[in-house]
Amino acid sequence: MDDPKRYSPCSEPPASESRREFLHTFSLAAPLLLLGLRISAVEALAAEPEAAYNARDHYYGMGIDVSKCIGCGRCADACKNENDVPRQPYYFRTWVERYVIGADGETDVDSPNGGIGGFTSKTPEKEILRTFFVPKLCNQCTDPPCVQVCPVGATFATEDGVVLVDNDYCIGCRYCIQACPYGARFLDPRTKTANKCTFCYHRVTKGLLPACVEVCPTGARVFGDLKQRNSPLARFTRFNKIMTLKPHLNTKPKVFYAQLDEEVR
Amino acid sequence: MDPLQEVLRQVTGYIYPNEVELHWGLLVVVYPYLTGLVAGAFILASLVRIFDVKEVQPTYRLALLTALAYLIVAPLALLLHLGHPERSFEIFLTPNFHSAMAMFGFVYAWYLMVVLLLEIWLDYRKDMVLWAKKETGLLRWTHLLLTLGATDISPNSLRFDRRASRFITLIGIPSAFLLHGYVGFIFGSVKANPWWSSVLIPVVFLFSAIVSGIALMLLIYFLSTLLRGKPVDMPCMDKLATFLFYALVVDFSLEMLDFIHRLYEAEESIHILSQLVFSRLFLSLIILQAFLGTVVPLILLGSVSPALRRKGILNLPEELRRLLYAGAAILIQIGIFSTRWNVVIGGQLFSKSLRGLTTYKMQLMGLDGLFTSCFLLLLPVLVLLLLIYILPPWAESEQHVETPTGD
Amino acid sequence: MTQQSSRLLLVAALLVVGLGTARHFLVPKTFGQRGHYRAAAVDAIEKLPIRYAGREACALCHTEIVAMHGKARHQSVSCEVCHGPAAAHTESPADIKPPAPRTRGYCPLCHGYDPTRPTGFPQIDPVTHNPIKACISCHNPHAPEPPHTPEECGACHGQIARSKAVSRHAQLPCVQCHNTPEKHKITPRLVHPEKPRNREFCGSCHAQDARSPKEILRIDMQSHNSRYLCWQCHYPHQPEGD
Repeated sequence: MDDPKRYSPCSEPPASESRREFLHTFSLAAPLLLLGLRISAVEALAAEPEAAYNARDHYYGMGIDVSKCIGCGRCADACKNENDVPRQPYYFRTWVERYVIGADGETDVDSPNGGIGGFTSKTPEKEILRTFFVPKLCNQCTDPPCVQVCPVGATFATEDGVVLVDNDYCIGCRYCIQACPYGARFLDPRTKTANKCTFCYHRVTKGLLPACVEVCPTGARVFGDLKQRNSPLARFTRFNKIMTLKPHLNTKPKVFYAQLDEEVR
Repeated sequence: MDPLQEVLRQVTGYIYPNEVELHWGLLVVVYPYLTGLVAGAFILASLVRIFDVKEVQPTYRLALLTALAYLIVAPLALLLHLGHPERSFEIFLTPNFHSAMAMFGFVYAWYLMVVLLLEIWLDYRKDMVLWAKKETGLLRWTHLLLTLGATDISPNSLRFDRRASRFITLIGIPSAFLLHGYVGFIFGSVKANPWWSSVLIPVVFLFSAIVSGIALMLLIYFLSTLLRGKPVDMPCMDKLATFLFYALVVDFSLEMLDFIHRLYEAEESIHILSQLVFSRLFLSLIILQAFLGTVVPLILLGSVSPALRRKGILNLPEELRRLLYAGAAILIQIGIFSTRWNVVIGGQLFSKSLRGLTTYKMQLMGLDGLFTSCFLLLLPVLVLLLLIYILPPWAESEQHVETPTGD
Repeated sequence: MTQQSSRLLLVAALLVVGLGTARHFLVPKTFGQRGHYRAAAVDAIEKLPIRYAGREACALCHTEIVAMHGKARHQSVSCEVCHGPAAAHTESPADIKPPAPRTRGYCPLCHGYDPTRPTGFPQIDPVTHNPIKACISCHNPHAPEPPHTPEECGACHGQIARSKAVSRHAQLPCVQCHNTPEKHKITPRLVHPEKPRNREFCGSCHAQDARSPKEILRIDMQSHNSRYLCWQCHYPHQPEGD
């Protein structure tokens, strides 16, 4: 009888393993070969990518396994670092919620500072029926209500499925913030324009992972290309029963939750 | 102390972290209040033209000028609210045709230019030409400019004015309905918010606008007559009070319908919304909007005005009657303003997680503060005074054209 | 046409021309190229600075640590989880060094006990677990296997242990019901403890004729919900019904 909440570290070996062994074996014998490899490997960080990025070849989504999240808040912290998000507890591109469903049927939800500093446990174990963490972020909807209501075209969905905000065009009317059912948007107090998770667009277009996915220690967050049949996200959506948030609103989110509980809004 | 930190401490239950900051504040409450008055005043004026309600004829031009004064000031509330008002012209250059807010910019522009300005122009053109003949200086040039050089006041020309004006009024009525119904739609189409998302919101907004507009005209007419030292036209006041009563009955029925419908269907959001109404919105909704703003005026107007019985259920002397009308009108203004508050602020006081409530910390100073909003509520009156100076709406100012065969 | 109509048409024409002119000069050049937005905005966003290098970048230089780390318990934990954003370090490795958390405050962010954490995730009580000592004095962060194999199951199954500790089964050691090979503590995913499979197991204490201490609750095994396994109703770690 499998315990669905059982902790399981990432079972796939790190992607760099084969390259590391290769380097170790040949590092003394073939310095030129090594140099060539280092150049190609560093390509992802270089200023000029070799092949031009074509947005039409990609369509991004994210998978979140609720049973793997340990609520450490590293994702929310990394996001603020990577994307220069104000550090006050009112502005989040991503955050972690904790749900505690009591034996009496009452549900308690909290997210202190978005989960960045971790959580303090307050409910005695005896009173807990079930409890879990849920990471939240912009769902990068296929039918985004925020894009629908923007009066000037300052927020939009790119061809590769990421909803972005044009900071130099946004007039700061805040209609998109009202229209988002997931609370994913905020107004950046410095630019006075709307702001939200971009799936770290500046990273994914270079082949990197979003910062939150990069630092998740348990692999609860899975990033992938919905146009690829072979991707971590494809595997995720094959082997898990998937739910999205607020499906009745028909926004067609692209953040897929596995092991999502009915209490989650 | 950081005001948001104060808000965070007063949150009950769970709200999404980004919901600590309330995004549409006092300025966005003032805006539908002002545009509602526009629609209401205009619809009252249209009653004179289309349905030929002679008793309220004295308010016709005054209502048009009032509508214009409020229409000019209302966008200021929006501009002050924007994060980047200097980019606001983008709405007209690259409008998103799927966005209710963008399309509303055009509805507003249409209403301002094609309906209101045109109707005022057609109604005043003859008088402006005749005034300009007797005036000097800046006022003369203002009037000449406003005529756009169309100074022909022959009978044929005046007939064109009358027919065009009637036509404009005809399309003006649905345009006025569209104007404030659209503001309701801007809220009503937000599926993310269960307090706003409703088919009834555009209709409720429209009828509360009509109520507030008629009440405003009643007050403005009453006050301006007193200030000018002229006798109050009691049949006019009685008629205004009667229309106000009828409009209020419809408005109240619609709001009750919404309320009963929500309670009966008892959708998921009912729990948090009940909490909202009975904790955060108790004063503004139950006391100000429902009781003082609707029930009390209904009783006052129903018993004193000729709406239900020819001499009123309570046959009161004129002086007392018009004081009570004015009192009811003031209560209605407070009530309608509370309605806007309850919709705009109320819709943001509960979390979209349906699990918690936050608070609104109203600022005193600053662009989004109380003082600015008070100024914006006063400014239309000042603009109206200016418009009255340039385009006097009083009966005695109207000019008669001297023709050989008479007019 | 009347004078009024001609003047009004003139005004209307001026407005249209004005709007058209404004559009021509004020609408940004790249607007509408890829959709109803400024295409240049996408390019600007793509050029935003990168702060996290990604674990592949660390492997290029720090081969030995990465090798050790890749075989150990923290293999799913990216370097930058603990060392912070390191893209600047890859640009100028000599000048910019990523910090390393060496105080007790950091590790409990993941490993401090919280009942909400999934079972099997190793957790400690930060207050009582070797107080004052830095975590890294016993646990190499790149190969954090504990210096001594934990005695108690509660080290990884904290919520279960704490639930059981205040329940009627508090006196029972975990191994009473779960036959556990020692290897489970070393490679928990590969070797699993056993679990009881039938009603008779619980009956060995709870049956009427069981040879167990008198204070243990008894039930009639034949009649008491005989179609179910005991744990289909009773959570074994907190078996009481109230």
